[in-house]
Amino acid sequence: MAYQHTIQHKTYTFADLRTLLAKATPFRSGDALSGLAADSYEERVAAQMTLADVPLKTFLQEAIIPYEKDEITRLIIDTHNQTAFAPISHFTVGELRDWLLSDEADTLTLQGLSPGLTPEMVAAVSKLMRNQDLISVAQKCEVVTRFRNTIGLKGHLSVRLQPNHNTDDPKGIAASIIDGLLYGSGDAVIGINPATDSPQAVVQLLHMLDQLRTQFDIPTQSCILCHVTTAMEIIQRAPVDLVFQSIGGTEKTNSSFGIHLALLEEAHEAALSLKRGTIGNNVMYFETGQGSALSANAHEGVDQQTCEVRSYAVARQFSPLLVNTVVGFIGPEYLFDGKQIIRAALEDHCCGKLLGLPMGVDICYTNHAEADQDDMDNLLTLLGVAGCNFIMGVPGADDIMLNYQSTSFHDALYARKVLGLKAAPEFEAWLQRQGIMNNKGQLQQVGKAHQLLGYSAG
Amino acid sequence: MNKELPHRNPIQEDPWSSLKAFTTARIALGRTGTAIPLREVLSFKLAHAHARDAVYSKLDITLLMEQLQPFHTGTLLLHSSAADRQEYLQRPDKGRRLDAESIKTLRTLPAALLQKDVAIIIADGLSATAMNIHTLPLLTQLLPMLKTAGISAGPICLAEQGRVAIGDEIGELLKTKMTIVLIGERPGLSAADSMGAYLTFNPRIGNTDESRNCISNIRREGLQYAPAAGKICYLLQEAIKLQLSGVGLKDNYEETRQLKS
Repeated sequence: MAYQHTIQHKTYTFADLRTLLAKATPFRSGDALSGLAADSYEERVAAQMTLADVPLKTFLQEAIIPYEKDEITRLIIDTHNQTAFAPISHFTVGELRDWLLSDEADTLTLQGLSPGLTPEMVAAVSKLMRNQDLISVAQKCEVVTRFRNTIGLKGHLSVRLQPNHNTDDPKGIAASIIDGLLYGSGDAVIGINPATDSPQAVVQLLHMLDQLRTQFDIPTQSCILCHVTTAMEIIQRAPVDLVFQSIGGTEKTNSSFGIHLALLEEAHEAALSLKRGTIGNNVMYFETGQGSALSANAHEGVDQQTCEVRSYAVARQFSPLLVNTVVGFIGPEYLFDGKQIIRAALEDHCCGKLLGLPMGVDICYTNHAEADQDDMDNLLTLLGVAGCNFIMGVPGADDIMLNYQSTSFHDALYARKVLGLKAAPEFEAWLQRQGIMNNKGQLQQVGKAHQLLGYSAG
Repeated sequence: MNKELPHRNPIQEDPWSSLKAFTTARIALGRTGTAIPLREVLSFKLAHAHARDAVYSKLDITLLMEQLQPFHTGTLLLHSSAADRQEYLQRPDKGRRLDAESIKTLRTLPAALLQKDVAIIIADGLSATAMNIHTLPLLTQLLPMLKTAGISAGPICLAEQGRVAIGDEIGELLKTKMTIVLIGERPGLSAADSMGAYLTFNPRIGNTDESRNCISNIRREGLQYAPAAGKICYLLQEAIKLQLSGVGLKDNYEETRQLKS
């Protein structure tokens, strides 16, 4: 169905919902690369005005990727909850934006609404929102998940400790873990991107992490970010806490990642069967990021932000502990500069939260993007205000294996301090028992004799 | 007048700097409040500045032409269809294709320069700095090796604003069996002058990464020139033998070398 809008005698026509969504998207380099972006500033606003008048019900009738062609479309349509949708079923996209910002849309109401929202509705409304709106609405959401600790409570900010090493050397990895723990990081997960995906190497690292965690009785979880098939291969002979996978928002993107929904279902079941979580059963860790579908030549004519939000439908199906949008990793051909990276991160965080996901953000950039630590400071502060569940903690913000810059352990402490945020409660209690943090949440000076400094990796 | 603050260093050092022996990660930085001490902030900034300068660096054409002269291979100056660095960064598709003038240059070459075994392409990629430093020393090792191995090479192509896949169009027009694209890699904070080498058998526009073999991290502190050139030459010979490159061509250079010695 075509959509139209007239501005001063000039009529803009948008062939279908997919095109309308793309043209209404705030500018980013990836949509220009795919040729989907609006041709002028005026066309973009015309598209946004048109989109504002589209009834939400339209999104249930007009699939942006055909139902027959794409299993994620089928997942979205088949799991849509009409009862949850009922209270807003008469809204247009524009009315949804105004209502989301009203006081009526409080935390409980938004939690109840989330199964009634589809990714496309959420993507659409986010395109009409300013950065301020994205922060405001996200801040009202609360998504809490549990494995060995409690992540996502309001007033808390957790950190994935990311101790990567270019050759996966256990001693090198352990050194970064000790550094991070002594700086109060690691409550979201201790998660390593392995330099090699070999099952044997992954098993070794998992044993190392598990041994360290149990030796010091740390209330957290570990994860090696290997391919889901590698995790499934070793799951019976290695201490797997969380199963990781990168996911995308089209069936074709996921094929390029070597996955499909049934495979994820199988991995989810396998991880649940280990029963390793002590206080909860959220066992999956997903990573996403705008641009992955285009990069895999699998975007199906859908703009990169809408593709991203569709990937949240995949995540939502498996009740993850953590969903991490790795926002600036993909490079300037998708998100060119600090402005685009910041906007994309706020969109991802808000859209994920509205859909009921425990969103964290890898606040990051590569050296060929027009961005630097100042941009990351801005984004970190904004996401802290927005109530982001977790961020990355990388020694000195410099990942020596993946060759990009993220946030440091110090950055996490900054955000917690200026915004009055705390670590996950169980982890915070552990930090205090260890003498790493005092009861005001301030970091303590530890001595040379601290037991963590006596750890030696095998 | 207010009293001067007592002169006391506000930086809390971390008592685990001995762990730095195990990793090049930025650990045990110390802190002032929750902030990273200034000396570490500036050292990070300097590394990032090197990386940024490398991204915006340019091939030193005069220098390279002069350096390549003694090889007597002939040198061609080519340009991708990305007009400048800004466009190069945002439009990877344009960095993969030649501009009209470069196509004309290649189409009007005398037949004697065509149909060689390999085309050698020097592209700036994301660090022209790397290419300005490493092109001469690497080719000084590589060209004699090719000669010994009986692999013929066409004129050396300098490609500005080029990505790896620009080699496919060049190889197609030069009608070579293979291409080797030497290119500046994306700078990291630890190295801004790293060169990569990509080998493609049967270069054709539209080839994808699965059809290439890559040798990475060529620089003084990384993979040295002699072993890098040895590896490239080995892979070229294997590619001719197997009539393919990419996932089907395994890099057993080390094993082969060990057997020989």
